[in-house]
Amino acid sequence: MSGPPAPRAPLLEVHDLTVNFTGYDGVARAVDGVDLAVADGETVGLVGESGCGKSVTALAILRLIEPPGHIAHGSSVRLEGRDLLALGAKEIRAVRGNHVALVFQEPLSALNPVLKIGDQIAEAIRAHEAVSRSTARWRAVEMLTAVGIADAERRAASYPHQLSGGMRQRVLLAMALACRPKLLLADEPTTALDVTIQAEILELLDGLQQKLGMAVLLITHNLGIVAERTRRVYVMYAGQIVEEATTAQLFAQPAHPYTEGLLAAVPRLDERRERLRAIPGQVPPAYAWPAGCRFHPRCPHAWEKCAAEAPPLLEVAPGHKARCWLVEEPMRRKK
Amino acid sequence: MSPWRAAARRFRRNRPAVLGAVLVAALALAALGAPLLAPDPLAQPDPVRLQDRPPSAAHLLGTDPYSRDVLSRTLNGARVSLLVGVGAALLAVTLGTGVGLAAGLAGRRTDEVLMRGVDVALALPRIVLLLAVFAVWDQAPASAVVALIAATGWFQASRIVRAAVLSLREADFVSAARALGATKPAIVRRHLLPHVAAPVIVSASLDVGNIILLEAGLSYLGLGVRPPTPTWGNMIMDGKDVLFSAPWVALAPGCALVLTVVAFNLAGDGLRDAFDPRMAA
Repeated sequence: MSGPPAPRAPLLEVHDLTVNFTGYDGVARAVDGVDLAVADGETVGLVGESGCGKSVTALAILRLIEPPGHIAHGSSVRLEGRDLLALGAKEIRAVRGNHVALVFQEPLSALNPVLKIGDQIAEAIRAHEAVSRSTARWRAVEMLTAVGIADAERRAASYPHQLSGGMRQRVLLAMALACRPKLLLADEPTTALDVTIQAEILELLDGLQQKLGMAVLLITHNLGIVAERTRRVYVMYAGQIVEEATTAQLFAQPAHPYTEGLLAAVPRLDERRERLRAIPGQVPPAYAWPAGCRFHPRCPHAWEKCAAEAPPLLEVAPGHKARCWLVEEPMRRKK
Repeated sequence: MSPWRAAARRFRRNRPAVLGAVLVAALALAALGAPLLAPDPLAQPDPVRLQDRPPSAAHLLGTDPYSRDVLSRTLNGARVSLLVGVGAALLAVTLGTGVGLAAGLAGRRTDEVLMRGVDVALALPRIVLLLAVFAVWDQAPASAVVALIAATGWFQASRIVRAAVLSLREADFVSAARALGATKPAIVRRHLLPHVAAPVIVSASLDVGNIILLEAGLSYLGLGVRPPTPTWGNMIMDGKDVLFSAPWVALAPGCALVLTVVAFNLAGDGLRDAFDPRMAA
């Protein structure tokens, strides 16, 4: 893949999304002015370490932020042009699961332990469609077959604890996809699984995506998954998008020092190393982001300007932006 | 296997619990069958000669100071005890579940108001409240006794339910259901109530014994369900003056009372262990 992707009608357009949590330590800006777009049928990665705001972004898209958190005024989330933040309670409920579905990362706790999995999927269907119990059940079995569960008829009567982790994740996918959403927000869908099962689930997700023609926003901290499965990537740090690029651009020429750090931290097969490389320091707490560039205390290239002035997203190349002053002053980059 | 069936199996393996359940069932049958087994608890076959007679073939448990058959009265007394015990426990648990759900779901202010109200209510001695009400309300029917005992007994259940709802509300499967567009009532019905049911059933079953004792205490003091309707409490009161000359008068209802309370407690403990195996000793 090379060059920017062909421009397509945006399915999801998030603009200036800000989510604040009011707590004892002050107001935490978990998500701060995030812009992102996902086109029809596209797979987009959203990468960042724990606590950077990836999951909150996904929840905010579906307006699932609970007090003390709230989405700030001026944020906008448009799905096919419709502002989700302006919808009434009933209308947003009709969007959830039906147009945009969310898959959680923990496949055991996201299933109700006292309900049969078939009933849970049927319930997801009946939340949106006026179908009879038996039709919904029949469709649940069909979905279980579609996600590759053998003997689905019998499995539908199982309880979550009777299934393996991989099977549970398949069940969650079946639940999320039961109403054929146009967009799937997959929040670390494979984190809790071991590597071989991860690959199977991602393969399955790919297949389903082709078949249903849906777009996927893949939220992960696993750069390997990003490299394999996505066309475009957003990198998030401290509540902001710090880099936006096609996957090829990102891996070939990372522009933001944070992205460079992330890439350098991935162990490689073709290189002997005594220790894994890490980014020094820690993610600052969300109620006290550093002034200026939020990454400057951990950045190897930082100079005075970085501490004083917050950089905007600057264009590196068409379709490639980074929130870093180095884009304007590349000679400041230290070797 | 469904969690309910797993619990039922654990219960069946618990001998004391099964014994309790069998006793409860026997009591229920006796109470239901009381009108057939002992048609007239008020009959006074011979007011003078049959006073305080010891057990005999004609009167298996003897007669009381008003020459009434103690066995008939004990069987009929089971009706009041069980009706009040089970009825009030069910009503209390329903009320408590409603309030607990409201407190857990409706937001911080409602929660505060309801739970501080419960704190205050729990600080009031229940028996004194009931004494005051029944001292004024002379001829309270059994239904009023049930209602009032329930009205003063739902606080604990509301706390249990609220605590469960607060933790479940954050559960991933509830967020997942919301993310897939489930309505609030659907979440309550499908995700919250089934989880709340177990602790609530346990608390209700353990409560039955307490309520039966409470009712017996009230009727011993001559309040609540009034004589001549037989209750174990007022029967014990009838027997207290002849405790040494005719001990059977107080002993029969007393033993019935102990047996009933023990039976409910055994069954209740068994339910608790069955629903939460980690708690089992």
